[in-house]
Amino acid sequence: MVTRLRDGDEEAFVTLVSRYQQPMLRLARCFVPSQAVAEEAVQDTWLGLVRGIEQFEGRSSFKTWLFRILVNRAQSAGSREHASTSLDQLHAVDPARFTSQGQWAEPVDRWIEESEERLDDATWAPILKSALEDLPPRQRQVVILRDVEGLSNDEACVVLGITVGNQRVLLHRGRSQLREILDAKMAKG
Amino acid sequence: MLSLRRRDMVCQHAVELVTDYLEDSLSRRDRRRFEAHLRACPNCTAYVEQIRLTIKLAGTIDTDELTPEAKQELGDLYRRWREE
Repeated sequence: MVTRLRDGDEEAFVTLVSRYQQPMLRLARCFVPSQAVAEEAVQDTWLGLVRGIEQFEGRSSFKTWLFRILVNRAQSAGSREHASTSLDQLHAVDPARFTSQGQWAEPVDRWIEESEERLDDATWAPILKSALEDLPPRQRQVVILRDVEGLSNDEACVVLGITVGNQRVLLHRGRSQLREILDAKMAKG
Repeated sequence: MLSLRRRDMVCQHAVELVTDYLEDSLSRRDRRRFEAHLRACPNCTAYVEQIRLTIKLAGTIDTDELTPEAKQELGDLYRRWREE
């Protein structure tokens, strides 16, 4: 793909944009206050890619490199319009769900046994998508890169410029909160 | 009242270790304690399973195909950028 882009292959470019446009918009949106600014950052990234493809050295995966450019662009766009900070949740699970001894007060649902057919991807993907949008931006960034895009721990740290420890904390909170949202939906049926 | 032994892990603590566990970043000792807790606790076992499913579902969020018009526009944009 990189070789084809270096050769100016238009079809390769279109394929690449088709594949990454939406994941990139989703990621950019974590840094900037509006969809319009996110679109601008993504467009900037594509332009940067076309002009800078020679600089790709293959030390990281192409996807990591592309996302890193995007995060740079989005961060500088985002800091111009200071994004509001939302409250991060501090506990993986609401403390009210435990006894004073720290044990579960009520049994935890078995999603699989109880709702096997309700767990098919087509039903849950849209719910998860909207739950993802409700996460605080920094948690959302990490969950998108790790769980939606399937980047490794190290790759996600490179893209976001954060430490492994910090990444893990954000991932933990993000996943915990997603689980909670799904669990609430599951209970309602 | 039954008092917990010091080495026993309680559920509220266990749920905070799930990500470290799945990322394989617990110390050997903590990993042993965590796994011992799971063996004894069906609720935390169900909880870990829920987290695994959450991760799996996140991986199924897909992206819509671009329309032919959008692809056409992209091609035009690409040629313009390369000419500039």
